[in-house]
Amino acid sequence: MNDSSEKLDLAAVRAKLQGAHGREYWRSLEDLAATPEFQELMEREFPRQSIGWSEDEDPVKGRRNFLKLMSASLALAGLSACTRQPTEFITPYIRQPEDLIPGRPLFYATSTTLNGVATGVLAESHEGRPTKIEGNPEHAASLGACSAFSQASVLGLYDPDRMTTVNYAGETRSWGMFFGALREALTAQKSKNGAGIRILTETITSPTMADQFKRIRQMYPGLKWHQWEPAGPHGARAGAQMAFGQPVNTYYDFSAANVIVSLDSDFLASGPASLRYARQFAAKRRVRGDKTEMNRLYVVEPMPTPTGSKADHRLALRAADIEVFAGALSTAIGVGKGPRSGDNNDVYKWLDPIGKDLASNKGASLIIAGECQPPSVHAFAHAMNAALGNVGKTVFYTDPIEAEPVDQLASLLDLVKDLDAGQVDLLLILGGNPAYNAPVELGLRDRFAKARVAAHLSLYDNETSRACQWRLPEAHFLEAWGDARGFDGSVALQQPLIQPLYGGKAASEVLQMLTDHPEMASRDIVRAYWAGQHSGADFETWWRRSLHDGFIANSALPVKTPALHGESIVAPARAPKLNGLEVIFRPDPAVYDGRFANNGWLQEFPRPITKITWDNAAILSPATAHQLGLDSANRPSGVNIVGKMLELTYQGRTLRAPAWIQPGHADGAITLHLGYGRTRAGRSGTGIGFNAFGLRTGQAMWHDTGLQAKALSDSYEFATPSIDHTLDPRRHIFRAADIEDYRKDPNFAHEGTEDPPPGLTIYPEWKYPGYAWGMAIDLTACMGCGACVVACQAENNIAVVGKDQVRRGRSMQWLRVDSYYSGDPANPGIVNQPVPCMQCENAPCELVCPVQATNHSSEGLNDMVYNRCVGTRYCSNNCPYKVRRFNFYLFSDYETPSLKLLNNPDVTVRSRGVMEKCTYCVQRINAAKIDSEKEGRKVRDGEIQTACQATCPTEAIIFGNVNDPESRVSKMKAEKLNYGMLAELNTRPRTTYLAELRNPNSGIED
Amino acid sequence: MPETPELLERKPHEDIAPGYTFGSVTDQIASVVLTKRTPFFWFASFGVGFSLLLLLLLSMALLFGKGVGIWGIRTPVMWGFAITNFVWWIGIGHAGTLISAILLLLNQRWRNSINRFAEAMTLFAVACAGMFPLLHMGRPWLFFWLFPYPNTMGVQPQFRSPLVWDVFAVSTYATVSALFWFVGLVPDLGTLRDRTQNKVGRLIYGVLSLGWRGSAKHWSIYETASLLLAGLATPLVLSVHTVVSFDFTIAIVPGWHSTFFPPYFVAGAIYSGFAMVLVLAIPLRKVYGLEGLITDRHLENSAKVMLATGLIVAYSYIMELFGAWFGGDVYEWGAFWHRMAGPYAQQYWMLVTCNIILPQALWIRKIRTNPVTLFIWSMIVLVGMWLERFVIIVSSLAQDFVTSSWGIFSPTRWDWFTFFGTVGLFLFLFFIFVRLLPMISIFEVRTLLPQAKAKEEQG
Repeated sequence: MNDSSEKLDLAAVRAKLQGAHGREYWRSLEDLAATPEFQELMEREFPRQSIGWSEDEDPVKGRRNFLKLMSASLALAGLSACTRQPTEFITPYIRQPEDLIPGRPLFYATSTTLNGVATGVLAESHEGRPTKIEGNPEHAASLGACSAFSQASVLGLYDPDRMTTVNYAGETRSWGMFFGALREALTAQKSKNGAGIRILTETITSPTMADQFKRIRQMYPGLKWHQWEPAGPHGARAGAQMAFGQPVNTYYDFSAANVIVSLDSDFLASGPASLRYARQFAAKRRVRGDKTEMNRLYVVEPMPTPTGSKADHRLALRAADIEVFAGALSTAIGVGKGPRSGDNNDVYKWLDPIGKDLASNKGASLIIAGECQPPSVHAFAHAMNAALGNVGKTVFYTDPIEAEPVDQLASLLDLVKDLDAGQVDLLLILGGNPAYNAPVELGLRDRFAKARVAAHLSLYDNETSRACQWRLPEAHFLEAWGDARGFDGSVALQQPLIQPLYGGKAASEVLQMLTDHPEMASRDIVRAYWAGQHSGADFETWWRRSLHDGFIANSALPVKTPALHGESIVAPARAPKLNGLEVIFRPDPAVYDGRFANNGWLQEFPRPITKITWDNAAILSPATAHQLGLDSANRPSGVNIVGKMLELTYQGRTLRAPAWIQPGHADGAITLHLGYGRTRAGRSGTGIGFNAFGLRTGQAMWHDTGLQAKALSDSYEFATPSIDHTLDPRRHIFRAADIEDYRKDPNFAHEGTEDPPPGLTIYPEWKYPGYAWGMAIDLTACMGCGACVVACQAENNIAVVGKDQVRRGRSMQWLRVDSYYSGDPANPGIVNQPVPCMQCENAPCELVCPVQATNHSSEGLNDMVYNRCVGTRYCSNNCPYKVRRFNFYLFSDYETPSLKLLNNPDVTVRSRGVMEKCTYCVQRINAAKIDSEKEGRKVRDGEIQTACQATCPTEAIIFGNVNDPESRVSKMKAEKLNYGMLAELNTRPRTTYLAELRNPNSGIED
Repeated sequence: MPETPELLERKPHEDIAPGYTFGSVTDQIASVVLTKRTPFFWFASFGVGFSLLLLLLLSMALLFGKGVGIWGIRTPVMWGFAITNFVWWIGIGHAGTLISAILLLLNQRWRNSINRFAEAMTLFAVACAGMFPLLHMGRPWLFFWLFPYPNTMGVQPQFRSPLVWDVFAVSTYATVSALFWFVGLVPDLGTLRDRTQNKVGRLIYGVLSLGWRGSAKHWSIYETASLLLAGLATPLVLSVHTVVSFDFTIAIVPGWHSTFFPPYFVAGAIYSGFAMVLVLAIPLRKVYGLEGLITDRHLENSAKVMLATGLIVAYSYIMELFGAWFGGDVYEWGAFWHRMAGPYAQQYWMLVTCNIILPQALWIRKIRTNPVTLFIWSMIVLVGMWLERFVIIVSSLAQDFVTSSWGIFSPTRWDWFTFFGTVGLFLFLFFIFVRLLPMISIFEVRTLLPQAKAKEEQG
């Protein structure tokens, strides 16, 4: 019999080795191997558990026992055979792709477009499937940040409702059959010079597609190309025409602007360069240590936006009044000769102080007009920027980035005329959804039927596809090659990460079918074009370099200084007389013009400020609501917001929509967000919200007066994860002050509260010999755009729960952005506060879990052990910050095949009955730690970026090692502005905030 | 059965009506079980209980099939009806042990006629209560992880969590109560064994009576055992609800985080427990003609206990409010302000009405001694105590620290079904007990007879 103490297992060998030190280790492996213990260890597979073979080896656990156990195993093996195991194939790589190590993601540079304008991104690929989008730090429009739309685009790729086959009049066809039909139609057009061909696209900036159009037009001179982008910069295009007599592209440099006036421009959160602008704006506003200079932002807008929430002075004006304001401001700084007073005193009250502020910052100021504003406002902005000497310093002009800058409405009207005249034989609609989102009076949905052959290339079988015989599946941007210009004209390349899931084709491939080389793949099309453009010697190297970077270096359009046609800019005498209410159309912050309607992440993304999900609303001010007889007075806090239904009548068309009373909205106006009321969007997007396109005409694309609203008796319950927005200042949650007050008292953030001294708990202090992770969030930088929320959802496999469950208070997002109002409801201060898990040092959650499912890690995280969680939910009750989320049902989708590809393999997909919460992206922490350990070093500061931090355009969220006094996060936490939310509870949160600072103009009395 | 009509004359301040003999007491109580004629009242009550029990099974099937999402719980109100019901049922369970153990030790002999069914009520209430912690779990099939058992993972429950304390407190309480109840039943089971005409009944009662022969030795052992168990159970009466109140006081939630919850909860538990005793006793004694055994004195004494504990509860409410105001903590005061004027104001004022204002009528002797009014008042107290738990749990959670996360709980039909389902389970078990076991302790009631006293005095 072997005494077990004589045996040696691996642990014991290791212990023995550890006990030795220096050269006494062991002289050679043979030395070590010579010990009988080690020999024994080598002979047995499972040293402790194994059973001796012969009787004398172990009389108790001898051969008999071995046989007994064997027979039991065999019997049990028979049992397990009762269930049929699913067949699984494990296919190894025959040739492993270069650089691919299973388990390690690869990142590829590509680009995404919105309204045709590109933003560079990095797509994360796990064994060939894209799972996450990050910003491309080298791309000028991204600088490493990423918008909510881009974040959610991976879900769009795997959307099970995408169009999966070529379809002709309801029957499945192949691309070959479509191609045959197309050639047939083209042959007929040969004789007519292509006069019957119409191509309708969204805005196109792609140089490759511009080239394709050029060549196609050479073949078919009669062909017409129309573009329609429902939420495109129509006003900016016409405004440039008005100011300069030519189309120009405008972009800005906020890093050189001390005073900014936004004329209804949400430049921080929407528009093709918003990520860049937000970063520059925030950097110019950052107060650290002795640097207490801040830029100043004036915002004039009807509907509160993230930009408006950052304003030092925000003026809520109806959209039409903004034109008056722009005219009056131009007079105030000596550009125009318009009136400086009028009916609405609000318009004129701040002109002098703003004018003075601008005048004292010549060359370092910026006036930016919103994309939804009429041409004259843009023209005023151009003129004022010129007068203030900002051109070339904060404002830059280039040639237009669009391949063909046309008046898109006129272009669409032209198409309608031709359709009515029966001149359209072949209509190719590449992308977009004009049947849904074109001006309502055009009735495009029915008119498409007048084309002899109509084909629609689209990601989804949508309203427009319905109106066309041929429905063609489009390749997602992660499935196809392409290129597009960014905000400054630089060309970003788009490279696919995956074969088209459903055999879709890119728009360029369909266009190519019209040429002499109809069967070229998108890669060859783009490559061939750039091979023709590249003048240098080594194209291959240059091309690879460009693909690697994601953009073509030095391709930005040259800056120019167009001459201003000053005389054409005339200030309107006064605002148009109000006839009823003003109707304002805006793209939705989440589903945009409806193109993202089937994206669950975006649907469930709480809209900035309102926090509405899964819906749009008729948004109006408290005073206007009062006039309409909608008083929401007696809603107890915590109760879901219920809006009365309104019947909106505008130009003879009516629409029923629920009223949403929004503090800070301009009086006398109703804002309608576009993109809802889809009838063919997919399972998530169909039939929710109401269709504001139903009121939107070509004459008034963004706003008009003449809206009648009538309150109906029925009401509507909204789905908002956050219901209450008023904050008792005695609750130590959000801290803010003016910069002057900060200069006087830098410690204001700690007033009225007492941070409890350490040692108030009976439990011993935690010790962190290695890392101690922490986070600091700069509230001065955060503008509440919410990109972090979607980034977190994408990174951490967070489930979508649906509208009904959101109403029931069960949304699962780990990170939320709270918005609070202060002051007068007519024009309140609006603040935003992202709230991830605080990872408290004295965590109330850890204490109450009966099964130790939430624990303190050796690096200070509150780890959640999903496997151990039994779902008593006590931790959530005891969390003062309410950051824990519970799987009330099986919210995760385990069924849909395409969605299985979406999940981040490094993060557990949570099942029913389990609590979950922010982990500080622990999978990223561990990946970086493994890397650093392999290289024998510490994790570098900035090496780990949490998903929210990585995507944040303003760098408001900083994560790092608080044990390292030199780390960015430690330095932020050392600021006097740093405070812990509810710190008086002695939870000692690891996530801390830097109090918000504003820089108001002392000449303005609010 | 009472042999003469005089027996029915009510004379308060008597533990037992005059005219009973040892034999008649035994006859009357045993006949409820041994009779072949089951009254309609029994069928009706049992039927209601059984129907509701089926509803509970349906609710549980759906609950286990789909998850706790079928209830109205949400972020931030993660505990709703389930924990409310748990605390309410546990509270009700207190009266039985109080009556049987504490009053035994205090030599309050009037308890002898109500202790048996009060103990049964305790057991069944604890059974109902015990279901909820399991039902409310997100993954109820892993409930055993709350117990410390040796396992390969080497993981143990977290002993800092009040939920683990609950596991021990409630399971200990259930065990001791069941033992106490069963030990107290043994002599009566012997009686039933001897009296039943039914062979199966004789066998079952015979087995259960553990060979009881009523010898002096038996009685001596019995007395020792029951005294010991009473001694064991007495601290439990106080400890169980104290531990249950720790679920709240240990937490940081304003409206929960309070040091006087233990006595407050114990008082509330006894308050609701006595209300339940009365709710059960009043119809039972009427239907089975037991007014001679459960006399008006019992009702009045119970009412007095209710009045006393009700005043402790009232004092607690006032002190709770005073503390919140006097402490000046914005969150604590906010919690109470929302309780009084927020979305749950209606429930709050209803509970104040049911628990404080209306029970003051018990000062009036007529209400205290009239079975009908007393029954109504007891129901009011039961409702009030349920509302109290609901308001404490739900309103505190709905509006705590961070304004943006506030949200109110509104119950779904499955919340109600589960609650009424356990009421059904309770009735089901209780009426089975009434039919199969002597609901009043025969031998203990016999000690109340003057004849027994006389012997004692002589001896």
